[in-house]
Amino acid sequence: MKIKSLEDLDAIKAEGLKSLYPDKPKVSIGMASCGLATGAGRIWDALSQEAEKGTHDFVLAQTGCIGYCQKEPIIDVLRPGKPRVFYREMSPEKALEVVGSLKNGEANTEWALCKMVEEDFLLDDEVRKLGDESPSSDICLSSELGFYNKQLKIALRNCGFIDPENIKEYIARGGYRALWKVLKEMTPQEVIEQIKQSGLRGRGGAGFPTGTKWESCRRASGGIKYVICNADEGDPGAYMDRSVLEGDPHSVLEGMLIGAYAVGSQEGYMYIRNEYPLAIKRIKMAIEQAKEYGLLGEDILGTGFSFHLKINRGGGAFVCGESTALMASLEGKPGEPRAKYVRSVERGLWDRPSTLNNVETWANVPAIVVKGADWYSQIGTEKSKGTKVFSVVGKINNTGLVEVPMGISLREIVEDIGGGVPEGREFKAVQTGGPSGGCVPASLIDLPVDFEQLTRAGSMMGSGGMIIMDQDTCMVDVARYFLAFLEEESCGKCVPCREGIKRSLQILTDITEGYGREEDLETLEDLATTLRDGALCALGTSAANPVLSTLQHFRNEYEAHILDKKCPAGVCTNLIEYSIDPEKCTGCTRCVRVCPQEAITGEKKEPHIIDTSKCIKCGSCVEVCKFDAIIKR
Amino acid sequence: MIRLNIDGKDIWAKEGSTILEAAQLYGIEIPTLCHHPVLTPYGACRLCSVEIIQKGRSRVVISCLYPVSEGLEVKVNSERVARLRRSILELLLARCSKSEKIRELAREVGISEPRFKVEDDDCILCGLCVRACREISEKKILAFVGRGTQKEVAAPFFEPSPECIECGACAYLCPTGAIRYEDGKLIFPWMKKTSAVGIT
Repeated sequence: MKIKSLEDLDAIKAEGLKSLYPDKPKVSIGMASCGLATGAGRIWDALSQEAEKGTHDFVLAQTGCIGYCQKEPIIDVLRPGKPRVFYREMSPEKALEVVGSLKNGEANTEWALCKMVEEDFLLDDEVRKLGDESPSSDICLSSELGFYNKQLKIALRNCGFIDPENIKEYIARGGYRALWKVLKEMTPQEVIEQIKQSGLRGRGGAGFPTGTKWESCRRASGGIKYVICNADEGDPGAYMDRSVLEGDPHSVLEGMLIGAYAVGSQEGYMYIRNEYPLAIKRIKMAIEQAKEYGLLGEDILGTGFSFHLKINRGGGAFVCGESTALMASLEGKPGEPRAKYVRSVERGLWDRPSTLNNVETWANVPAIVVKGADWYSQIGTEKSKGTKVFSVVGKINNTGLVEVPMGISLREIVEDIGGGVPEGREFKAVQTGGPSGGCVPASLIDLPVDFEQLTRAGSMMGSGGMIIMDQDTCMVDVARYFLAFLEEESCGKCVPCREGIKRSLQILTDITEGYGREEDLETLEDLATTLRDGALCALGTSAANPVLSTLQHFRNEYEAHILDKKCPAGVCTNLIEYSIDPEKCTGCTRCVRVCPQEAITGEKKEPHIIDTSKCIKCGSCVEVCKFDAIIKR
Repeated sequence: MIRLNIDGKDIWAKEGSTILEAAQLYGIEIPTLCHHPVLTPYGACRLCSVEIIQKGRSRVVISCLYPVSEGLEVKVNSERVARLRRSILELLLARCSKSEKIRELAREVGISEPRFKVEDDDCILCGLCVRACREISEKKILAFVGRGTQKEVAAPFFEPSPECIECGACAYLCPTGAIRYEDGKLIFPWMKKTSAVGIT
């Protein structure tokens, strides 16, 4: 069926609502990669068998990522007229029990995470009441949960609430309204104006104003223009684009369609990394469904506007996330960047005007069109509007994917949403911006998070990875890790990047191995300047950030490595020694049994000692000692 | 014609030409290692970096690719650029410590020993040979393989190609002698290491 009128769209919306809110209990399983990795697939199998048995009358559905990775697998149960209840850390057995409790009409409270009594579709002004009831009032509201109450979901508006493989559910929550509005009621220039006024900036890292980019592309001469979606998300610890594509692929598709109309393009590409098989599968399905409903292809919504979208899978090179390298790769050439003195909006893919935005940027577009530029620009700070999705990972209690308004403080993200670092540990720094970003120290925890402030603190927004570090993280080792990543991923075209990163890494490796020299810090700073001024693309020009930001905020750690030959965090094995505290050691012999080097000796029930000449500092003894008797120094 | 200013001197250039082309016409010297007038600019060595000032803001760009524009102010030897060039040559010297050409260029900027662990490579990956093979002889035998520090110039399977007409353009253009004629035979950089290893 091809959608040609608003009535058609409404009819599908009605069908979608029925599937979103069926007249019998519905159990949805979070089946994005994060859920599947923790066993959502087994829960699916168990519950489908149960559904087939027919003992309980319920609908089983899949959904995307609800963001609370720490508590995966998560399922939610929705009964007609009752709140939606989320259950955490499910196993097939627990899930069966939750389903079992449906029979007597009561919600299981044992593993409940939270509940929702109403749902805001964001794109509709209506707030849907789900109802409340007494037993589940023991369960806290999602808005009372620290993890959720400071979040504002725009790009992730549908993730975890719809079946990503069902276009009707996307439409039910206000999907493709924006496209309808744009094609029927707006000129391309009006769309561009709206995006410009909203203040939306590219979410892939550089933060370039999206509307301005579209406008330049529209103005560029040339008949054929391209829009491209950059889904080559490669920063270690970042997975927001994957989650959007896995949980709500149509939002990206709709954004691209709007962008294509605005810049005057009829052809687009989705460049997605091959390591995201589920995202690829779901975006492929989304494309097929959109074609079926006349939302993609020729004569979209009967307006005469046509747009074709192809998927291109990336071969695993990090540098292909750089726009010009991505385009070279799309053309079938090696993924090497080129100088951007002529911008891609004028001469990009196949030398034609091209607009490239990342997944999250595209997903924001439909919301801006429907809700308006004023609504969007009220969220955020002066120069950074809207929200940003962050993946909060590392030494933190609540690992997860969060979407927060720009300008929120780092403290709120780390402490309120992330629940702080695990007990007994001390928050030391947060690494933002991926390998080209930097480390923001604990002393700057009240920093408002936006493009400008992060840059001022020596880091950057990047695509939104946030790696939380505690006192056991060695900052020199962190810099070394990221430089090693960049050395591996440098394309090798220009001298500053290829040779400069390699030499920086050699120096950092020397320092962590105890061969650091006093003059090394100056050499590192020199190389940083060379990279910044001389490298061809952003991978190289920002490659020194991990070094510079750690040098800026943690210079004393570098000095400890170089001058005292000590690693204060106890990470760099060449610079630490293990010993046993005789006061604490009870002679239980657990360490003796695990030591692979037979370096630990001693009589039973007497303090033991470590022969440092044999010790390889593997840390096995630390792991098994129940009395904290092993000292790392 | 477009007027620009290089080191305080007004010069005129054709629209669409690069800073390097404009400078060379006036005899203004900008060092390069990966540029050749008949080949497509590649922008890899970064030695031809210059500082430009536009709307009061200064920026380092590479002259072999940056197009001239009206009123553009260019500084070929500013302190920032000189420092960058010195650093690039130091990096290249560490890579190709035995190359006479690189040693000479490094000496000119006052570097005799790099601060880094020296290696003995011949090839600086400027890509002149690759472009010559593609654009002059149109044989497309030589290409870059690998990525990053593993990148190297190679022919398919690291073997002499039967397609090669031995025009010698690659050897002629190679700035470091990594590709050269020896006893009437073309010597390629991979021959040094692949004799024992075979296909890597």
